[in-house]
Amino acid sequence: MEPILNVKNLTMNFGGLKALDTVNIAVEKGQIAALIGPNGAGKTTFFNCITGIYEVSEGRMEITPPGKSTQELKGLKTNVVTERGLARTFQNIRLFEGMTVLENVMIGRHCRLKSGIFSAMLRPSSQKDEEKKAVNDSYKILEKIGLEQYVNEMAVNLPYGAQRRLEIARALATDPFLLLLDEPAAGMNPQETKELDDLIIWLRDNENLSILLIEHDMKLVMSLSDNIHVVDYGKKIAEGTPEEVKSNPDVIKAYLGDESEDA
Amino acid sequence: MRLFKIILGVAVVGILGFLGIKEIIADPVYFLELFLGGLTRGSIYALIALGYTMVYGIIQLINFAHGEIYMIGAMTALIVASVLGLWGWNSAVIVILAFVFAIVYSCAYGFTVEKIAYMPLRTAPRLSALISAIGMSLFLQNYVMLAQTSEYMPFESLIPDFKFWEPFSHIITSVEMTIIVTTVIVMILLGILIKFTKIGKAMRAAAQDKIMASLVGINVNRVISTTFVVGSATAAIGGVLIACHVGQINFYIGFLAGLKAFIAAVLGGIGSIPGAVLGSLVLGISESMFTGYFWSEYEDVFAFSILVIILIFRPSGILGRDETSKV
Amino acid sequence: MVTKKEIKLSFFIGLWFMVLTFPIMVIKVNTITNTVIFRWPNLLWVGIVCFFASLIWNYLLRMKEEKKKADTKDDIPIVHRLLQNEKFKIPFLAALAIFFLLYPFVFSMYHTSILISALIYVMLGLGLNIVVGLAGLLDLGYVAFYAVGAYTYALLNLHFGISFWVVLPISAVFGAIAGTLLGYPVLRLRGDYLAIVTLGFGEIIRIVLENWDDFSNGPRGIGNIPAPSFFGHQFGQHDSVIYIYFIVIGLVLMTIFFVNRLENSRIGRAWIALRDDEIACQAMGIDKFKTKLTAFTLGATWAALGGVVFAAKTSFINPMSFTIWESITILCVVVIGGMGSAIGVIAGALVLILLPEYLRAVAEYRMLVFGALQVIVMVFKPEGLIRSVRKIYKFKKVKE
Repeated sequence: MEPILNVKNLTMNFGGLKALDTVNIAVEKGQIAALIGPNGAGKTTFFNCITGIYEVSEGRMEITPPGKSTQELKGLKTNVVTERGLARTFQNIRLFEGMTVLENVMIGRHCRLKSGIFSAMLRPSSQKDEEKKAVNDSYKILEKIGLEQYVNEMAVNLPYGAQRRLEIARALATDPFLLLLDEPAAGMNPQETKELDDLIIWLRDNENLSILLIEHDMKLVMSLSDNIHVVDYGKKIAEGTPEEVKSNPDVIKAYLGDESEDA
Repeated sequence: MRLFKIILGVAVVGILGFLGIKEIIADPVYFLELFLGGLTRGSIYALIALGYTMVYGIIQLINFAHGEIYMIGAMTALIVASVLGLWGWNSAVIVILAFVFAIVYSCAYGFTVEKIAYMPLRTAPRLSALISAIGMSLFLQNYVMLAQTSEYMPFESLIPDFKFWEPFSHIITSVEMTIIVTTVIVMILLGILIKFTKIGKAMRAAAQDKIMASLVGINVNRVISTTFVVGSATAAIGGVLIACHVGQINFYIGFLAGLKAFIAAVLGGIGSIPGAVLGSLVLGISESMFTGYFWSEYEDVFAFSILVIILIFRPSGILGRDETSKV
Repeated sequence: MVTKKEIKLSFFIGLWFMVLTFPIMVIKVNTITNTVIFRWPNLLWVGIVCFFASLIWNYLLRMKEEKKKADTKDDIPIVHRLLQNEKFKIPFLAALAIFFLLYPFVFSMYHTSILISALIYVMLGLGLNIVVGLAGLLDLGYVAFYAVGAYTYALLNLHFGISFWVVLPISAVFGAIAGTLLGYPVLRLRGDYLAIVTLGFGEIIRIVLENWDDFSNGPRGIGNIPAPSFFGHQFGQHDSVIYIYFIVIGLVLMTIFFVNRLENSRIGRAWIALRDDEIACQAMGIDKFKTKLTAFTLGATWAALGGVVFAAKTSFINPMSFTIWESITILCVVVIGGMGSAIGVIAGALVLILLPEYLRAVAEYRMLVFGALQVIVMVFKPEGLIRSVRKIYKFKKVKE
């Protein structure tokens, strides 16, 4: 079967700097894949490339949504990528501060709804039904993620861990088949990290989702991932199961530095 | 799209070039006059545009109040010159003191404006800082209007008609010559300041990356203040010079001049100092040609149209670089 | 409380401003008669005022810092709390309705006319609030669309004798077209460039109106614009003011009604999301450009409607009514009232427009105060006088 995300030879140049250099990454359906690497290795750049925030220099990025044919992502605008079924969270939390928690999630529903400016002003029954359904769907998502007690709070007033979870809820609301999580556990305490671990597994098993995550918390990565991709200096240096990656000499070198150079 | 742009560009340049050459041959002296008039105008724009571009380079803010700093420079010079003139001081001393006071006061205003209206908003959304800047501009204009007058005030030219310049004065007056020469000197001094001095290096570093600059021990707040002061000083020089050239000022002169200078800065590539100078000269000369050969009443429409066209087709300006927003 | 250090600092700041404002505040030159007056008392006043202003300024800055640290939840503005209270809401709205209904019959034509102006600003403010407050697009050329509306009525009436009620929808369409035409190229630009370009566009429209004599009659303007008729019946001067008053009240109510619906709709939420974070907004599947364009166009439509009413009310228009200062005044209404907050904008328009009208002594300081308020509001209370409150959704507990 086709992988649901298949990135081939992705290259991203910033001026003369190659932030990503012929990177190949494939994510299978139902997989939790992880993208790891030292700081500045190009992990977030990779996310920005596939979600259309950066214009890719070279390479192909194909998706195969479940039950649909293969499509190319290159050249699509960010919002179209989301419509096709890729949703992401951000490393530095980017919630909409002027809105409540529920409304943040409802923004995620935006691309699945239709009502336009005139129906907003005139409110025909189709718009009312749609709005009601959007509210209920969003509330259900909050329940799943365990944020329903904050429903009408302003998003900025949430505790840190809850803000991270809200980012996931908001992404879920776009009905993705692939969820891209950018350091979802950053800044969380061990208890919150444990809950996140459970949540991600629950999402894969019950929501029919595939997940690609960037993470620095190695314990989390090793316990969660089916497959791990390692990048360093914009190049992919290893791929495999947690066990394989753990014992790969290139990976150890990338994380610990080359000892022969230290002297 | 790209091809379209190229064809459009070639067509415009071709038509203008053809018409231009025809006109130049018909009346070369008129053309020269327009050209030098444009150069003068462009020099003034350049003196103001520097402040916009330096401030934008460092805090990414359109300093709307910058035009008002220029106006305050001109106003201070007028006040100082009038008082000293009434006291019967020597005219050479008056010229020097008027310039000195104009520069010192503009710098002080620029410094104060930054501390009040922009510094508390350093971490706020850009929209907030921009609105604050508009408020400051409005405040300063009305402050001068209420404290002085809303009428035009005649400005006795501080720059005499030099004897040695007489043979050329039918093409370019000595005031215009002084403006161009002063601008060149200011540009050279500014270039030296930014390239070779410690504060100049700090300014460039802060423009690149404020956080990194502060980590290596640069006092970013002081650098920003210095940027405002330097920009205000050049604007004040521009203000006094233009007042000498036009012969009258009021509280409102900063608004339009500021806008035009901003357009020039964008045209050249905002954030780039050579760009600001180049953009100013291009805008000044083309405005002068436009009013000379086409419709003078649509002079400002012409400038704004240039802005719109530049922003749509090449938002980074002539010398600017493209920027990628950080995620 | 105020520390000794702050008093010392404020003392020096007072001195600094005395020196700073000396040439402009103290010396007054008349270059025509060649006289100079020294106004020494001003020096003292500046010192005293700046000393206390500095004390207050520092105190407020400190309060702001402490509030940020304390992480307290923001209080809901009192107006909203009152309006949420059912017991209070109905009598309050009823009183308001009676007040506005009786106003033109109780007060003179002069007062009614002033209130009409203020209400036009309420409309314009609510329209601009969509663009600036909700979508976060700084539009400094808003007055251009206002002019489009006014001139549409004036010219269509002059040449074709089309009446107010027919022009109203036509001008809305023209406003929308103008908004789209301008928005299409410029909304791709970054926010601060948008401000300058719209400002430029506003000026272009005014300059063209001033110079294109054959089209707009130049600076002389267009006069004899008829007041609206009531099913073909033309009122006398006095009744016609009252009639326009009720038309404006109707339009304001319609505006509030629509804006309220828009704010809590799919589109309205997208506007706010766009204002808060463009990149996250796109990553949530929202088309940035389209969303901006709808806000911009809708704002322009409202400005055009306001323009028609303005032309009908004054019966004379010329380009001087559509200067950049008009745009800035409307912006002040939105910013000071509270960006994104309809109630704030309404209050802002009424206060900022009515106060200078009635306090003639301070009317000339109007723009000075507006400018200062813009800075102060942005520094200390960026959400404005009455901040916006988001809708509360109620759910039955499903679990437990």
